[in-house]
Amino acid sequence: MVDLTRKFDVLVIGGGNAALCAAISARQSGASVLVLEGAPKFYRGGNTRHTRNMRCAHDAATDILTGPYTEEEFWDDLLRLTGGQTDEELAKFMIRESKDILNWVVEQGVRWQPSLGGTLSLGRTNSFFLGGGRAMLNALYLTAEKLGVEIIYDAEVTDLKIEDGMFLSANLKQPINGAIEIRASALVAAAGGFEANIEWLKEYWGDAADNFLIRGTPYNRGSILKMLLEKGVQDVGDPTQCHAVAIDARAPKFDGGIITRHDSVVFGIVVNKHAQRFYDEGEDIWPKRYAIWGRLVAAQPDQIAYIIFDSSVVTSFMPTLFPPIGAPTLAELAGKLGLDPTALEKTVADFNAAVRPGTFDHTILDDCRTEGLTPAKTHWARKIDAPPYLAYPVRPGITFTYLGTRVNKQSRILMKDGKPSANMFAAGEIMAGNVLGKGYAAGIGMTIGSVFGRVAGREAARNAKN
Amino acid sequence: MHGTRILEEADRLMTVCNSCRYCEGLCAVFPAMEMRRSFSDGDLNYLANLCHSCGACYTDCQFSPPHEFNVNVPKTLAIARADSYAAYAWPRAFAGAFARNGLVISLIAALSVAVFIFGFAAFNDRQVLFGIHTGPGAFYKLMPHNAMALLFGAAFLYAIAALVMGVRAFWRDIGEPIGMKTDAGSLLQAMRDAGELRYLDGGGVGCFNEDDRPTDRRKLYHHLTFYGFALCFASTCVATLYHYLFAREAPYAWWDLPVVLGTLGGIGLLIGPVGLLAERSKRDAALVDGARMGMDVAFIVMLFLTGLTGMALLLLRETAAMGPLLALHLGIVFSLFITMPYGKFVHGIYRFVALVRYARERRMMGHT
Repeated sequence: MVDLTRKFDVLVIGGGNAALCAAISARQSGASVLVLEGAPKFYRGGNTRHTRNMRCAHDAATDILTGPYTEEEFWDDLLRLTGGQTDEELAKFMIRESKDILNWVVEQGVRWQPSLGGTLSLGRTNSFFLGGGRAMLNALYLTAEKLGVEIIYDAEVTDLKIEDGMFLSANLKQPINGAIEIRASALVAAAGGFEANIEWLKEYWGDAADNFLIRGTPYNRGSILKMLLEKGVQDVGDPTQCHAVAIDARAPKFDGGIITRHDSVVFGIVVNKHAQRFYDEGEDIWPKRYAIWGRLVAAQPDQIAYIIFDSSVVTSFMPTLFPPIGAPTLAELAGKLGLDPTALEKTVADFNAAVRPGTFDHTILDDCRTEGLTPAKTHWARKIDAPPYLAYPVRPGITFTYLGTRVNKQSRILMKDGKPSANMFAAGEIMAGNVLGKGYAAGIGMTIGSVFGRVAGREAARNAKN
Repeated sequence: MHGTRILEEADRLMTVCNSCRYCEGLCAVFPAMEMRRSFSDGDLNYLANLCHSCGACYTDCQFSPPHEFNVNVPKTLAIARADSYAAYAWPRAFAGAFARNGLVISLIAALSVAVFIFGFAAFNDRQVLFGIHTGPGAFYKLMPHNAMALLFGAAFLYAIAALVMGVRAFWRDIGEPIGMKTDAGSLLQAMRDAGELRYLDGGGVGCFNEDDRPTDRRKLYHHLTFYGFALCFASTCVATLYHYLFAREAPYAWWDLPVVLGTLGGIGLLIGPVGLLAERSKRDAALVDGARMGMDVAFIVMLFLTGLTGMALLLLRETAAMGPLLALHLGIVFSLFITMPYGKFVHGIYRFVALVRYARERRMMGHT
């Protein structure tokens, strides 16, 4: 059993990718490290357990990456997807560091594989974990344990003692150890966002948040983030901004993970509960756009929408956990979905009439588009006219929130007065808002976690030794 | 709708897995799954036999129990796999042997040993049975070579015939729409994959057994067992050739090929099965088909006894114990032969056939 009365060099709160990278790098820098993971062992790792890849810059193709993805291209992508709402210095630092992360995590036991079937468009930019995010996490935990990092599960931190920007101790409540005060020379906060805290989400979203589904575990409640912000830490990011995708409305409230997601938007149209379209389904290549659809659906009445397509495209996207709802006519489909049949028929008829002839290719921005329709579908627009007609009901699926703690390039937390904290660091989703003001592209969350986790651990260890 | 509840569950899991695909780099099961969007009974039996039970997909899965999606691929496919052995058994009347396989195998083995001992006692008088025999033809003083060859040849041919019928049923079940033929390239690929146990590897990290650490040594023990068995079989074949082609009668000197092969194989059959049993007893209960423990254990014990009695016979062949030991060894080997189509032995056959099918599918899909 871990001796919790001693003073640790580095206390890591959280148990995901960022936390483990921090714990490993702190330990490798010679620090004694304690990790407090709020979830039980099975659910350890926050959203990391549901991830599958990481976006890292690289100058040449590798065994598993099909071509180069330069720092410049990564930066251009980040600039575009955030609309410029990013800390340029931090973001460029992260992108530069991401190059070495590709090798560093392998040294920590993580294994790569080529991009998964059905995700070919990510094969150049994103490195996939062999066995997925939980396999990646298992490897990091094994390495941390071998190095002598102490890990406690079911570890609820009820309070943080912070004076003048200096962390002193954390109050732990845990089934075996009871309530105990944990002292450490430095703190790494890597406990994620507050996406599973519906009450907190409601402060910004109102009752709409009741209709949100949470893609990860119920343990991502943002309690550490809240404590830090209440104790003088400077915040960053818009509290309504988050990584949110359209997921199947039939998914469980929590922890449905990747398999509830729908990638069929570009192959059909999306209508709201009034059977009206509300956004360009063919705006851009799917991996660059999938993460806006959560917010789009969240903005619709009752936070529900329906992807409507026909039998000609059913094999164009990955098979889904929940089967599509089907009917021989649009009117019958509308009936099954609880939509107004006339309205749905009109929406589809208007769409079909606006479709211009073109050559379909879902791997590029093709010339299949609508004309004279609002909103337009600018690519991959083809008539929906091959029964049976099919639909997936979707709701906003929140992955993680962007409101966070402001940090500098050392991953060191900044206080409200702009001064760096004496001994507090943050990594992962809890500080993702520094880099991600809005928007998302596949794999960036893991890049933030690994890069800033590694830096935070190293800096915290150095801090503790001085 | 599927034929059994376990196939229903396998279908549910493959639907979950096919919408996730995180495990596609771990083994052959998941790439084979991705070639399909729906799953017939035959498809599921194919995937079940393709699974080597390495456990990696369970440890890596974010949806394994206690998650509400309750994804446990190794256990579900293990049950479906064992069910499939019974479903393909020939003749159908013997399918029931899989139900209480441990008991069935034990009874047949005991009976077979008893028959050989009684037979030796009935056909030989005490001096011969407990006598010391050396030199060429020593064994055949107890049982004429032709009788031995006829009896074991018949048992072996029966086993092969029954296995071929089972494979035929399996190939038919999984063969559509690929067709009934295969090609040399796929066969060679499958022989390589089976020979090195390529998929008993957790995708490179190693297999999982008692917990979430890849510390499992089943691959090593399986190699010892399989190649031990193969060497013993080769020893028997060489000895038969010696006998009929060169008129050289057993027992042979310690340096002679049949003895060298048999000794090396026997050592493998002593260490391998003990290791497999040890790993089996440690294995996380969540991963195994508990109801089929008897089948696994019976087969492993039979292989161990084959090795043990063979080695004892080699060491004590110039003593009075040779007669009884020969009866014991022949009884064990005879029962091993006749129960081959009705026990865990078939796992190797069906898995190999599944690997052939997999190699073939990949070629047809344009993979290399």
